[in-house]
Amino acid sequence: MSETGASEPGGGRLPVPFRGGGFVLRPHRIAGAAGLLALIALWQVGSTRGWISALMAPAPSEVLAALGVLASDGTLVIHLSASLGRIGLGWTLGTAAGLAAGLAMGMFSLARAAGLPVVSALFPIPKIALLPLLILWFGIGEPSKVATIALGTFFPTAIATFSAVDGVPRSLIRMAQSFGVPAPRIVWSIVLPGALPGILAGFRITASIALILVVAAEMIGAEFGIGAFILQSGNLMRTDQLLAGVVVLSILGLLVAALLSWAERVLLRWR
Amino acid sequence: MDLRLDGVSHRYDALPVLEEVNLTARDGEILAIIGPSGCGKSTLLQLAGGLIQPSGGTVTMAGAVPPDCLNPITYVFQDFALLPWRTVAGNVALALEHHPLPRRELRDRVADALSRLGLSEFADALPRQLSGGMRQRVGIARALVVNPAVLLLDEPMSALDAQTRELLIDDFRWVWLQQKTTALYVTHNLAEALRLADRVAVFSRRPGRLREVVAVPIPQAERNQSGARLELAKIQDALWSLIRDEASAADREMAHV
Repeated sequence: MSETGASEPGGGRLPVPFRGGGFVLRPHRIAGAAGLLALIALWQVGSTRGWISALMAPAPSEVLAALGVLASDGTLVIHLSASLGRIGLGWTLGTAAGLAAGLAMGMFSLARAAGLPVVSALFPIPKIALLPLLILWFGIGEPSKVATIALGTFFPTAIATFSAVDGVPRSLIRMAQSFGVPAPRIVWSIVLPGALPGILAGFRITASIALILVVAAEMIGAEFGIGAFILQSGNLMRTDQLLAGVVVLSILGLLVAALLSWAERVLLRWR
Repeated sequence: MDLRLDGVSHRYDALPVLEEVNLTARDGEILAIIGPSGCGKSTLLQLAGGLIQPSGGTVTMAGAVPPDCLNPITYVFQDFALLPWRTVAGNVALALEHHPLPRRELRDRVADALSRLGLSEFADALPRQLSGGMRQRVGIARALVVNPAVLLLDEPMSALDAQTRELLIDDFRWVWLQQKTTALYVTHNLAEALRLADRVAVFSRRPGRLREVVAVPIPQAERNQSGARLELAKIQDALWSLIRDEASAADREMAHV
């Protein structure tokens, strides 16, 4: 069916202009990689032509070569494993405690009333500022570094978990109560899955914080670790090795982000 | 099974919401609750279901519990209250999982409830993949899977578009006729109340008091017939005349809040 015979007042016809373009984000995977490659290429050209000082910023090819040497002679493994051990232990301890505190504050009025002001007051303190104190308490060895990372991850995890639990719709909890679901099962079946997106978002933040803190702590007092290695390389004016260490940190950050993205894809498939 | 409210009152801090409500949902009937906004209809349902404690009065049940009943009172929620991370079958199973049922019986009960609501082929779908009407079917299936003695429905159709609501009302009536579970049905919609209810309890504006209980003397199975529609329209006019002034006053009160 078609409708015809409509009058044309004034004679001519005017096309309706299209006004709906733009404001739509589309993925451009190639553009992202191309931007990074272009920057590296520019850096390489600048170094090769002598526009950039080899001491201040050695060419990417030299950084890559230094990285190869560090990987092959075992130096990288020694420093990387030291850093990963500290991050793993500190992050796990801080996250476990933060999850427990956040869940308690999210679910129990007394824990919220007592805990939230304390957490909110201590959260803004830069945790690296506490390292000297922690060294006094625990000595210059591993415990002070692990404690710094644990403290740094505890507070954001506690706050993210508390907010996530608080954001679980009460209607879902009421629904479960109306079916007589026992409280522990409500926590397991509703509160935890409902809070998971917020908790995982918190993990993204704490993973970055753990990386920053381990480097800072290792620069202050460690023989081994990526932070210590970067500092030693700087002291020896080995900027190629220094930047190789920075590249390792960057790759580490990307790997952690990829791991968390994968966890989100698997655990939050329902979104 | 009867559900009886005797002298039930409720207040939120200093704000009285319900006053001295004496009302009984009789065994096997749908009792609709209507009244102006804020008159305490949803509060009444939460009191009836034991989700909040009344400031005064008692809520009791009387009569035989249906066979295989795992939970005497269940809810159907306005916003569906489905767990977005669980499948349709998983949402329905939630009502059963804490009962000591053999795995096979749990599966069979879920499959039966889904089948009754026409959801069998959506068992593995996630709520976000369903329309509003289908989501509410899941909510109804979850409420029925425990074979309840009393069903509490809190504006179950209000989040649905008009066409979906029409379809779901007919389907709900068909499902309800199979078991005739005692039901308290809160709604704003007079036509919806008259399509489903055996009696309609009319409440005043806040604090809600029971003003009148109006019987709908037309058998459920005949409500869609043209003769019955005329009769229902008359009852609807009578109900509207009962609540019109109250609804208008309540609306003005809300505007000043």
